[in-house]
Amino acid sequence: MTVDAKQPFLKAIDELERTPRSANFYALRQTARTQFRELPFPTPRTEDWRFTSVAPVLQTPFEPARQASELNAALLPPPSAPDAVRLTFVNGWFAPKLSTLGQLPARIAIGNLAHAKLEETLQLARIAAADEQVFTALNTALIHDGAFVLVPDHVVVDRPIEFLYLALPGGEHLAITPRTLIVTGKNSRATLVERYLAVAGADDSYFTNAVTEIALGPAAVLDHYKVQQESLHAFHIANTQVVLGAAANFTTHYIALGGNLVRNEVRVRFEGQNAEATVNGLYLAAGKQHLDSYTVIDHAVPNCASHELYKGVLADQAHGVFNGKIFVRQDAQKTDAKQTNKVLLLSDAATINTKPQLEIFADDVKCTHGATIGQLDADQVFYLQTRGIPAEQARRLLTYAFANDIVSRIKIEAIRDQLENVLVQRNL
Amino acid sequence: MLTISNLHAGVADKKILRGVNLQVNAGEVHAIMGPNGSGKSTLAGVLAGREAFEVTEGEVLYEGKNLLAMDPEERACEGLFLAFQYPVEIPGVTNNYFLRAALNSIRKHQGKPDLDAAEFLKLVKEKIKILHMPDDLLKRPVNEGFSGGEKKRNEIFQMAVLDPKLCVLDETDSGLDIDALRTVADGVNALRRPDRAMVVITHYQRLLQYIIPDRVHVLSGGRIAKSGGKELALELEAKGYDWVKETEPALAGA
Ligand SMILES: Nc1ncnc2c1ncn2[C@@H]1O[C@H](COP(=O)(O)OP(=O)(O)OP(=O)(O)O)[C@@H](O)[C@H]1O
Ligand SMILES: [Mg+2]
Repeated sequence: MTVDAKQPFLKAIDELERTPRSANFYALRQTARTQFRELPFPTPRTEDWRFTSVAPVLQTPFEPARQASELNAALLPPPSAPDAVRLTFVNGWFAPKLSTLGQLPARIAIGNLAHAKLEETLQLARIAAADEQVFTALNTALIHDGAFVLVPDHVVVDRPIEFLYLALPGGEHLAITPRTLIVTGKNSRATLVERYLAVAGADDSYFTNAVTEIALGPAAVLDHYKVQQESLHAFHIANTQVVLGAAANFTTHYIALGGNLVRNEVRVRFEGQNAEATVNGLYLAAGKQHLDSYTVIDHAVPNCASHELYKGVLADQAHGVFNGKIFVRQDAQKTDAKQTNKVLLLSDAATINTKPQLEIFADDVKCTHGATIGQLDADQVFYLQTRGIPAEQARRLLTYAFANDIVSRIKIEAIRDQLENVLVQRNL
Repeated sequence: MLTISNLHAGVADKKILRGVNLQVNAGEVHAIMGPNGSGKSTLAGVLAGREAFEVTEGEVLYEGKNLLAMDPEERACEGLFLAFQYPVEIPGVTNNYFLRAALNSIRKHQGKPDLDAAEFLKLVKEKIKILHMPDDLLKRPVNEGFSGGEKKRNEIFQMAVLDPKLCVLDETDSGLDIDALRTVADGVNALRRPDRAMVVITHYQRLLQYIIPDRVHVLSGGRIAKSGGKELALELEAKGYDWVKETEPALAGA
């Protein structure tokens, strides 16, 4: 099955090489093609994939998306902020007419990867490891369009930059391979939002295989958000890989609302001292959704701090997975790492597999982790009822309160509002 | 306003209330005293609709309606309020948001329009003063990190905002310092009205010096073992509960 599943992708990789636009990144793609061919797909015996089976993905005959489809601008969601800068991709292909660059500091380089200058993409495929992750190798072997931004040293970007990845599947089993590169210079500051969204009414299954690479320079500050709102028929497998320079400060929030089968990986590696990373996530799943969050925080150098908080709300027969790894390498003294995973189960049929994994090789460190799994507190529901609030509303309010711990940390109002609406309206 | 007749209730296989009879009329204040574990909070919980308690016998009429057939939220909307002995903490929901949701839910039941944020704030500011509560308690999550006394005051504050007809106060005085006790008692007294009744559960005569009850009842062994005027509280303080048990030999076998 594994070999067969690779054939359509290998064919697509080779076809892409025959199209005229594909000259850039040729060497990268060829290397990744070999890696993709050699790396096995995860099986139930693959330790890091124990709770998530990719069989449904491999059994579907996906065809790589070949071209941007036309899309009415009226179908676009409102931007993350009134003044946000936005690059839009439809099925992974750049849609210039749906993009607005607006006012950005002049020295910023931003746009479609396929048209980037060579010196602007030096880090591409250097941050995310195609030699270990088969899906990252697949994405890299198919690199065409994509989003990139380079924020030069000392530049402060005062408005959010949004990369919008729209899926418009229309009848076929599309494989979409969004690619993002974010490189920020010394002392720079920026806010970046990645959104993965299905155009309303898209009820065909499709497969998003996304890779995002992020590098923060010394003392750079980056506030990153990923809002995953794929259709409920979609497969979404993603790798967000981050490296931090000395004294950098990175915050990321992963918000998972959509998808049928989702695996979201976040890997953060400290490469300079005194850096700090906040890695948060919120996943809300209902029906038969399967949402897997996998994180790796790699304390490779001393004196860095990481704070990780993942919260999940699971209703119906939803299945959640949280796997949080923290490595503290031998040199990484004075590491301060904290990981918390909290899950709220709203139904007896919902399940969660949670697995913290701390591997500590240094002795002078502070590392804590905790996981809690619970249901709504009957005393709290009763208390609200005795004040006149109907039981159903009380449960929603308490669910909202649980999630609000993450929502309230989001600095972009439009994302907060969107989540509040989902939490108040959706039947979780 | 409230008529409890032969009420039997308990949990799983434990009988707690064994035939409570109580009549509370509009405008009255009734005090319920009684030893630890005698069933005072159980009675309050049954009135408010706590699911854990199973009523096995008897009935409760509230304004002529069958109270026990109503959901807890319906009871609240109909004007019943329970000030909890142990108020519940609700992290992530501000007092403000919570109270407005509660008030609007009750108003909806009464066929009144929602109060908007500004109208609500005005009402709340008014009430918060009566209880000498700091304004910032409104912005904090419900009861989270509140001191014991603040929690109790918050209950009375909610009562003042929600404007109920029948108030059941379960040991609202325990854990209050002398000044807070005064404040809370003043707050409660300010809410006394001819069309409102109160059932005040307490262990201490002291509270009843501020909130003068019309009737005092002793709950013991799951029944009202003795009832009397406000002097009964003083007598109990002097003689202890054993005195009640001794004067009610009929209860010994109950
Ligand atoms: N959910 C429950 N499960 C088991 N036993 C219970 C439960 N609730 C109450 N009880 C028992 O019922 C009895 C009465 O409890 P209740 O809380 O009503 O007493 P109380 O009169 O309010 O006491 P206190 O003065 O200490 O507040 C106690 O023995 C208590 O342990
Ligand atoms: Mg009690």
